[in-house]
Amino acid sequence: MTSLKSLTVTNIDKSYAGVQVLHSVSFSIPAGEVVGFIGENGAGKSTISSIIAGVVQADSGHLLIDGEPYSPASPADAISSGVALIHQEIRMIPELSIAENIYLGRLPMKNGRVDNEKLYSDSAEVLKKLGVGIDPRRKIRGLSIATQQSIEIAKAISRNPRYVIFDEPSASLTPHETDRVLEQINVLRNSGAGVIYISHRLEEVISIASQIVCLRDGSVVKTWDTGKISHDELVKAMVGRDFKFSHSAPPPASEDVVLEVKNLSREGVFANINFSVAKGEVLGIAGLVGAGRSELVRTIAGVDRSTYGSVLVNGQVIKIKAPSHAIKAGIVMVPEDRKSQGLNLGRTGAENMASPWERILRRAKIVTNAWVRKLAEDNVKSFDIRGGIHQPVVRLSGGNQQKVLLAKWLIREPKVLILDEPTRGVDVGAKMAIYQIIRDTAARGVAIVVVSSELEEILGISNRVLVMSGGLQKKILSRDEANAETVMSLAMPAGMHL
Amino acid sequence: MKTKEKIVSGINVPNSQGNETNAKLNSGILKWLAAKANGPVVGLILICVVLTITSQYFMTTRNISNVLVQISDVGIMAAGEALVILIGGIDLSVAAVMVVTMMFSAWLFKMEHFPFAIALLAGLLLGALIGLVNGLLTAYGRVQAFVATLATMSACLGMALVITNGNTLNTFPTWFAALTGSATNLIPVQSILLVLIFVALGFWLRFRPAGRALFAIGGNEEVARLSGLPVKLLKTLVYVISGALAAIAGWINISLLDSAQPTAGSSYLLNVIAIVVIGGASLSGGVGSMGQTFIGLLIIGVLNDGLALLHVNPNLQQVVIGAVILGAVLTDRNQFGYSFNFLKKKAK
Repeated sequence: MTSLKSLTVTNIDKSYAGVQVLHSVSFSIPAGEVVGFIGENGAGKSTISSIIAGVVQADSGHLLIDGEPYSPASPADAISSGVALIHQEIRMIPELSIAENIYLGRLPMKNGRVDNEKLYSDSAEVLKKLGVGIDPRRKIRGLSIATQQSIEIAKAISRNPRYVIFDEPSASLTPHETDRVLEQINVLRNSGAGVIYISHRLEEVISIASQIVCLRDGSVVKTWDTGKISHDELVKAMVGRDFKFSHSAPPPASEDVVLEVKNLSREGVFANINFSVAKGEVLGIAGLVGAGRSELVRTIAGVDRSTYGSVLVNGQVIKIKAPSHAIKAGIVMVPEDRKSQGLNLGRTGAENMASPWERILRRAKIVTNAWVRKLAEDNVKSFDIRGGIHQPVVRLSGGNQQKVLLAKWLIREPKVLILDEPTRGVDVGAKMAIYQIIRDTAARGVAIVVVSSELEEILGISNRVLVMSGGLQKKILSRDEANAETVMSLAMPAGMHL
Repeated sequence: MKTKEKIVSGINVPNSQGNETNAKLNSGILKWLAAKANGPVVGLILICVVLTITSQYFMTTRNISNVLVQISDVGIMAAGEALVILIGGIDLSVAAVMVVTMMFSAWLFKMEHFPFAIALLAGLLLGALIGLVNGLLTAYGRVQAFVATLATMSACLGMALVITNGNTLNTFPTWFAALTGSATNLIPVQSILLVLIFVALGFWLRFRPAGRALFAIGGNEEVARLSGLPVKLLKTLVYVISGALAAIAGWINISLLDSAQPTAGSSYLLNVIAIVVIGGASLSGGVGSMGQTFIGLLIIGVLNDGLALLHVNPNLQQVVIGAVILGAVLTDRNQFGYSFNFLKKKAK
């Protein structure tokens, strides 16, 4: 069905280095509608959006915009044809003002000088349209990720695009912030633009899309003319098999307390945190971004310093002033951002996994590449890392990178495993695999602390849930008490309502 | 002579004899080349081949020995610089440290009448100390390496002049000058020292946890820190090594010249950095090795020597080295890397 006002993609093929990544992909994006794109990592979602946005070119097939042939040779071509791509990772210049970023490369001119008056009034207008009440004269530096995301959207809107592609805009946003992005997409849609919305979070796709396209292994496997599709059906189409996306209750934890945190504080960030985690228990930490969750676990893992309070492992107070102290005491952490904190992207998976352990396991001995390979291979059998561990991790998909990162910290059985956003930017298949690893690790008697912005995840895998808000511990809920409402009402800062 | 045979038979493809042993030798060398083939190695071989053809003196024992003599001091500094660049830093002070430690040792010996060996050790200690200052400033003081070592470079160059009021100090024990005399030693002592330092550091980088950790630090410092590696300590250590090696380069200079001049090191710094870069290291850190740095060193050494043999205007040599740096960096990129694929195919 090709209506006149639409972006039509017909029989697109694309290969990289002899590997075909898209097989005759066809679909149509009607103006004024939101089409959700789903699929596992590596299914071809990003490739097809790169082709539409002119970042890469198709091998064969053709594109039409509103009935006119469209073959963008560069992102600039795409932009001038009215196509905008909003990247998952925000790319802005921190020292320039919001307005200068929005109009970067096309600042309004007057008499050979930048027309600041027009620049700021135009920017204010675009921001207002999106419902962002912020002074466009402010610099980007210091703005939250969510606000920067809104400015990225404002930048796209300011060009009056006819078609906009969102590539996982919500990957680093909290549910509340995501809602705002979804509202902004609705603004775009209502102004007559066609929107492609790519996300791993199926609930979002269901809530906003009026059509859904599912890709698997480079082919369109299914399209729906309505957004009202059940979660389970979408997952089934994505992974190509029946998939039960639910968490059974974790086995009860034992009584032996492994990790105890007493009055832990870090000035200006969080204060007076008290909890304990038993052998084999999974403690979830929930809260909004800025509640101090990541900061709390970073402090326990020695990445940041505490200003007051103590951490005990098996009843012994341990002094943690650096990550190495925590590791020595058996506390390891899989950090929030695998690219900047977790993995050395240019090195192989095996090298990354061995890195912390070389000086512990080979203190007075030599480390050969053979030793590194063996150490890694002996430990990753259960992890199913596709792409292998003997190539630079930068070439692996997000899910497989995350598995390498988990394997790195499980080479030696820790006493306490801390996971900060363990499934961010990871596809459904890898997600389930990671949940299984968490479950298995707990079953072996490791105490686990999980920080996550995905409520479903926290509720699904935790024995208990600690809710934080504004740097304070609100309450620890048992599995029976914890549900979306109880957690969110505790997580909301005073004065804010759901 | 052995080197000559290898290179000539491996590269000069038109070979009238073409017997079986030669073919075997050919494929063996090609296999080795294919494994190691990268811009610097191929470039070095090409330069050697060209110079062997154009100058009859190039491939003589005496000339090769001469090259080894001339690259020793700069090479020892390059070894330290390679470590610093590997962790994503830069040490601009190496040449200045070399000069100030030379002057310090010479002053202790000539003016303060310390035993010569003590004076030399004091110089080494001073070099390590200045390295420690660089290390503490960058690792703990969070001063950018460029800025911190620029400051110590300036201070050291000044101090080198202050120590003797700008005067040169001459005449040191004769046994010390004899150590580096190429007339008396077929293989000069300083070249042995150079190789030992490269081998020791190469071993450390490849097989010891602390050395291997430098790759992690250079690749991503935050990841290294979160992995429990002692990042600040290792960074400081690397600057200390760089300072100490600069002082050892100073020893060689005193011995070679039998004098200590406060302006001796002016051209060293850029050569040292050029060697490391030609060897394929990235200034953003995480990439490089001692073997590659050694290849970079040989390229600079052979090139300087060869251009002198061919009577090229010495001022033009700097231009050639500039071109070589660009050539090395450009061929090091992936898109140019394919140009050596023919070697790999042939080896199969």
